Amino acid sequence: MARLPHAGHYFTRYIDGFLLCGILLLMATGLITLFSATDANSARVTSQAINMLVALGVMWLVANIPLEHIMRIAVPLYAAGLFLLLCVALFGEVNNGARRWLNLGVTRIQPSELMKIAVPLMMAWYFDKHETTLRLRDYGVATLLLLAPVLLILRQPDLGTALLIASSGFYVLFFSGLSWRIMATVAIAGGASLPLLWSMLHDYQRKRVMTLLDPTQDALGSGYHTIQSTIAIGSGGVLGKGWQQGTQTHLAFLPERSTDFIFAVFSEEFGLIGNFLLLLLYLTLIARGMVIAANAPTQFTRLIAASITLTFFTYIFVNIGMVIGILPVVGVPLPLISYGGTSMVTMLLGFGILMSIQTHPKLVKT
Amino acid sequence: MNHRIELRSYSRELQNFRLRLAISAGFMLLLFLLLFARFFYLQVSQREHYHTLAEANRISIAPIVPNRGLIFDRNGVVLAHNYSAYTLEIVPSRIGNLERLINELTTVVEISARDRKRFKKLMEENRRFESLPIRTRLSDVEVARFAVNRYRFPGVEIKARPFRQYPKGEFASHVVGYIGRINDKDLERLEANSELANYRGSQHMGKIGIEQSYERELHGITGVEEMETDAAGRAIRVISRTAPTAGRNLKLSLDSKLQEVAEKAFGDRRGALVAIEPATGDVLAFVSRPGFDPNLFVDGIDTENWELLNNSIDRPLNNRALRGLYPPGSTFKPFMALAGLELKKRWPESAISDPGYFSLPGSTHRFRDWKADGHGLVDLHKSLVISCDTYYYSLAHDLGIDNIYNFTSQFGLGKKTGIDIEGEAAGLLPSQAWKMERHKQKWFPGDTISVGIGQGYNLTTPLQLAFATAVLAGNGAAFRPHLVKQVLDSNNRVVREFGTTPLYRLKLDPANLKAVHNALVDVTRPGGTAAVAGAGAAYTFAGKTGTAQVVGVKQGEKYEESKLNERHRDHALFVSYAPAENPKIALSVLVENGGHGGAAAAPIARVVMDYYLLGKLPKEAAAQPVDQVDEEEDEEHQQDRGGGHG
Repeated sequence: MARLPHAGHYFTRYIDGFLLCGILLLMATGLITLFSATDANSARVTSQAINMLVALGVMWLVANIPLEHIMRIAVPLYAAGLFLLLCVALFGEVNNGARRWLNLGVTRIQPSELMKIAVPLMMAWYFDKHETTLRLRDYGVATLLLLAPVLLILRQPDLGTALLIASSGFYVLFFSGLSWRIMATVAIAGGASLPLLWSMLHDYQRKRVMTLLDPTQDALGSGYHTIQSTIAIGSGGVLGKGWQQGTQTHLAFLPERSTDFIFAVFSEEFGLIGNFLLLLLYLTLIARGMVIAANAPTQFTRLIAASITLTFFTYIFVNIGMVIGILPVVGVPLPLISYGGTSMVTMLLGFGILMSIQTHPKLVKT
Repeated sequence: MNHRIELRSYSRELQNFRLRLAISAGFMLLLFLLLFARFFYLQVSQREHYHTLAEANRISIAPIVPNRGLIFDRNGVVLAHNYSAYTLEIVPSRIGNLERLINELTTVVEISARDRKRFKKLMEENRRFESLPIRTRLSDVEVARFAVNRYRFPGVEIKARPFRQYPKGEFASHVVGYIGRINDKDLERLEANSELANYRGSQHMGKIGIEQSYERELHGITGVEEMETDAAGRAIRVISRTAPTAGRNLKLSLDSKLQEVAEKAFGDRRGALVAIEPATGDVLAFVSRPGFDPNLFVDGIDTENWELLNNSIDRPLNNRALRGLYPPGSTFKPFMALAGLELKKRWPESAISDPGYFSLPGSTHRFRDWKADGHGLVDLHKSLVISCDTYYYSLAHDLGIDNIYNFTSQFGLGKKTGIDIEGEAAGLLPSQAWKMERHKQKWFPGDTISVGIGQGYNLTTPLQLAFATAVLAGNGAAFRPHLVKQVLDSNNRVVREFGTTPLYRLKLDPANLKAVHNALVDVTRPGGTAAVAGAGAAYTFAGKTGTAQVVGVKQGEKYEESKLNERHRDHALFVSYAPAENPKIALSVLVENGGHGGAAAAPIARVVMDYYLLGKLPKEAAAQPVDQVDEEEDEEHQQDRGGGHG
């Protein structure tokens, strides 16, 4: 109470100003684009603004938690997540042919979303624990920690989330020093087993890959999204058609234009220049994440910071890549811009961790 | 020591970590560059392409179908017009179980068995993704009822569109014709004429009659509406609009009142009548009986009606006036007579002695006159009035086939008149060249003889006969017969007019013409072959009877009408014009299996003349065939059967 005069300082003590600026700019861009994408639907925009405020609150909370505490919850969080995933596999609700949700009676939850943060935390924790005695076996254990949830999520099936979790786990493995030779071996083996993997894919997943290769194959079906989004982007030109002037958007040719395909809206209306500025903004956030990772004090914080930053990049690349037609259509939102509360919270939770790493007094490792 | 190793390992590890960070940073930059390269490709290199695609997405071009031109008779009586009504249309390709859907539709809108049959036929003739009407002319109540239940019937829609209607039904159906749904063949033809663009949105086009031959005038120019549409195809706003130009209206030369009188005069009999104004070529009446209701065809005829029409022994779809081929019989004689005079083979004063037959020099074959013991002394006048065959046998022999061909073809016999509806038959006027080409045979002198009385190879259409008669009545002035008098724009200003200049004028000696005219007037007077039909005419009623045989009768046999199947009876013919001094109307009448021309055909001509010249409407009975005829007249041509070129 006596600290009241310093309340401002207390409030912002663990917030990284650089990251916050970037986040707020992206959020503003998101709201502006959403306003256009929803045809000036202020209810949707307001609801997204509330999502953002909630997510910022979560970020603030997490940023204020010292890393030791975060590290302490890594194992229970992972264990709970895995348990819930098993529950989903056994009693989950089926929606559009996918079993992703768990009905708790009061509310429905999607445990895979939780695993996006729990998996890298768990793996970073594991490597931190075995930092001094790191052996090949440990990489094997970490890989199992990763594969268990990824396979469960693939089975749901939810290709997008599985891909994001797999990549976040891979980043932890990579930064923990997995040897290049092993990576090369796995890559070659993986390449060789592609046909096997192909045979394991669901029909709709294959269809997505096939239509990526030739969207016109199914122009009114699964290729429709990509065709319409490339038309939107291409017709935007260098300067764009102007805010709220995108014909593809406003005449409803663009599907999922407020969620996964919102980049097409942005790109149609703001053109190549808008794209450049947006990528630049993302790049500064990524750069800041890299700096935080580079200066992180412990193995755990280093791994988690690097993994979060690269996962953030992965979101951006996969989302934009699918919208511009160079990657298959998988359900990955454009970070901080796509409409939706869950992904917003997950994303800012990650940034909260980054801030916490950056702002809490660094313990000297001995 | 342990401590040192750990430290070293720690710093190496950190270094390793930072190296990997740098590598991944480079990797991310590279991928961002890849994204940017793709942006550049889409938004700079391919911008035009995608811009076009976006515009194509956004803008839909909707054709605005012009109103079809109206068809009036010469006095402004409407024969074909449009009205707007609702249809219930189905896109078959969007429906799973069509039968069930239609059954379900019946609970909302009445669909008769006939509608179903018609729809079935439409399905066979059209592609499955086209919208086809299951019900036409919905009432307001039905429209409202369907609108409420619409959600139950995806793929079924109510459309408002203009309908063609022929208010007078069967009346003049062979003239007006009908429109029908555009089929694949029509599309091919339109494409060949590069008219397809103008038919975007049109569902119907003229199929027969005036509706077909004046399709270009009637259709109009399709307008265009550029609309911005959303992904669901809903129109958001109109970007630009080019109004359609309505089709042109047609004013026919037909006098519908006269047409009606003529049609009624036929009663139940089959046949044709064509009446032409000699001074213009205006077709005043154009009858082919029986007719049909053109309204049946507009939205696709149902199978039942189609078979009824198509398989009827009376062949109501056959345009007899235009395409029916009949030997002209004795109606050919006036032209022969004129040929004899003009080519100086006969003089009005000179007479022949008729023994009742004609034989070629050096031959025993007898070409018999219809009157076995002959007509005695016969001059040109008498030869026409009593329709003497022998006179024309010898005249034909004296003229020779080439002269006959060359002279009579000037009257349009044996060739198309060029009337303004399609499908006209050319008929046949035999010649040496024709026989060689068609039958690979030399022309024999015997072939010429029966040509002289309009039998033999001769074939004409009723239209052709009327045209020839009009040329004769007009003293050689030939106007192309036309059903359309004026083409009018939508404000009824005249765009084009027909019949103002003759095709040609024959140079004929007025004295010769007078001789023929006088004789033809006497045909309808006491002593003539059409005396009964001409009795009491208040004008000079020129005419010539004719009888065209349907079955041959062998030499020595006698044709007995009563013994023959009705369909094997002779066709009755009559050509006529009046008033003879200044003809206002020339016509030909054909009554299929009517028997004698004077008895069956001439009375119809009289009724038509009486109405046209005097405004006199016939008593119902007047149109019926005259039963009590001269024994002498009744026997005309009987003797000739099987004669000539056996």
